[in-house]
Parts: sequence; C-alpha cells; structure tokens
Amino acid sequence: MGDHAEHSEHIVSAGLYWLIWAILIICTVLTAWIATVDLGKFNTVVALAIATFKASIVALIFMHVKYTSEKMTKAILISAVFWLLLLLVLSLTDYASRFAG
Amino acid sequence: MNDSAVAEHTEHENRPELRHHFADVEQQRNAASLGMWWFLGTEIMFFGGMFCGYLIYRRVYFPEFAVASRSLSLWIGTFNTTVLICSSLTVVMAVRAAQLGKRMLQVKMLLLTLLFGLAFLGIKGYEWREKYVEHHIPTFADYNVIRGEGSLIKGDNAKFLGLDKLQGDPVKLREREAEIQQRTKIFYSLYFALTGMHALHMVVGVGIFTVITIMAWRGKFTPEYHTPLEIAGLYWHFVDIVWIYLFPLLYLIDRRPGA
Repeated sequence: MGDHAEHSEHIVSAGLYWLIWAILIICTVLTAWIATVDLGKFNTVVALAIATFKASIVALIFMHVKYTSEKMTKAILISAVFWLLLLLVLSLTDYASRFAG
Repeated sequence: MNDSAVAEHTEHENRPELRHHFADVEQQRNAASLGMWWFLGTEIMFFGGMFCGYLIYRRVYFPEFAVASRSLSLWIGTFNTTVLICSSLTVVMAVRAAQLGKRMLQVKMLLLTLLFGLAFLGIKGYEWREKYVEHHIPTFADYNVIRGEGSLIKGDNAKFLGLDKLQGDPVKLREREAEIQQRTKIFYSLYFALTGMHALHMVVGVGIFTVITIMAWRGKFTPEYHTPLEIAGLYWHFVDIVWIYLFPLLYLIDRRPGA
C-alpha cells in the first residue's frame, strides 16, 4: 500500500492470531480444571486473574488496541475500566464491611 | 490553492467511500472506530451494573450461590467458551483477509463466524432448556431446588448448606429449606438476566455480521476501506470478553470436590 502513505493500519500476522487463539483455548481449559482443585479462597482470585488475562489479550491483539494510532481509543478504554473498578471496588468494600462477622 | 488543499481535493475524487466532512480516509476510519469504542464504554457501564449486583449477592448468599452454580454443566460451559473464542479468531482473520484484499477468504471467515455464533446460541438454548426440565426457572410456580429431579440438597451439598445439623429439628429444617429455595432463586434470576442479555447481544451480533457477510460477498471491502467490518469486529470481541467473565463467575463459583 505504498501509494497511500497516510494509511498507517497495522496488519497483524496470521501466526500471532493463531497463537493468541491457542493461549485463549489453553486458558479456558486451565480455568475449568483449576476450579476443581482446592485452593481455598484463591479459587476465585485465580479464576478472575485468568479471565482478566484473556480479556486483555483479546483487547490488545484482536481489538488492535496495541496497534491503534488513535490515542483517544486508549483514553476511552482506560476511563471505562477505571469507572467499572470504581463501581465494583467501592460497592464491594461497602458490603464486605457491613456483613463482616 | 495551497498544496494540502489540492491533495485533499484529489483524495476526495479518488475515494468514493470518503465522506465530504472528513479530511482523509484515516481520519474517517479513526472517527468510526472511536464511535464504536464510545459505545463499548457505555456497554461496560451497562454490564457493570449487573455484574456488581451479582457479586454483592454472591458474597452475601455464598453457599446457596455455589450450590446453584454446580447445577450448571462445567463441560458445556467450557465447550461454549471455546466456541466463542473460535468465532473471535475467524473475525480477526476476516479483517485480515480484507486488509490483504482476499474477498473469498473474507466471506469464508465471516460464514464461519456466523456458524460459531449460532452454535453458541444453540448450546446456550440447550442449557436453558435443561434448567426448565429441572424446575430451575425462578419465575415459574413449579420452581423447586429442594425436592424432585432438580434437588440441590443431596449428598455433599446438604452438609455444605448446613442441613445435616438440622436433621433432628423439623421446624428449623423447613425454615432453612425455604431460605435455600429463595436464595437460589436470586442466583438463577441473575444467571438468566446475565446470560440472557449476553445472548441478546449475540443475536444482534449475528444480525450485524449477516449484513457484513453480504457486503463482503459483494466486494465492498478493500485493503483501503473495510471500516464496517472492522468496527463490527470490535463489537463481536467485546461480547466475547463479557462471556470470558461470565463463564468463571457463573459456572466456577465453587467446584472443589466435596466442598
């Protein structure tokens, strides 16, 4: 696409897409298996950590967040995730302290 | 006329897909992508509220939620997650095919995406039907998790729910059973609300991708212009991410043997 110098779209290699797919499948099987292992309170932590890792690689590679030239995309994503964490963390710490003991 | 104005003028003449209010193709593409990201931001808020409600109830009524979660099939849930991941792969491969100007590959990948999307919905429908057979639909009069084929208080679950200690006290046993009946209803209400809203997004996605597939078949997408395919892909991946969280939260609350 040399005749369109303004066109800065990144083409990701098919190999990387397959790699991400394989990691996502492995993580899915891993999270299902590890749920049956007794880790005490850490079962939930591990399940959510794996889910967050999977969501991150989907956003970065499949949704091209890593390659985008538009900085506003990252600003929107970061503020949306920040808002979500605000909602979840404040609500859950509130309820956690109410029902303590 | 200065040089940039001339360049802009010729670009508008050479590119029929470039709308007149954009300076160049990249600006138009960025604007479209940004619009989809804004929408996905509101979607995070929409699902976030439901996730938050779910997490609070899950904390407060943990044993009942864990027992109800075990009534969902771990195998079907895992399999359906992999189906959705495969659909995300075919979406990125379709976008890549458009970037490389391969029309038939695009169409094949988009048809596979539709196939995976419909397979996910079919499997989800089968799971919902199982809940119907087990009398686990919270709004139905025959809802029952205590007795019958959908009983959740057998075996290890009885101890987990504290029913073993109440065997000598019929009054307290009845009270506890009624409590379990009510609290598992909250789990199933949230389960159907969350998976139902997710499935609705999948139905919308299948509709969007049907249009995109027809557009690809007609050769609308070129290496220079494939924005509709690209931003439809963003939506599809977002719906995939929602499921990536729903799967562990709903299916994997507590799967430890004998817990």
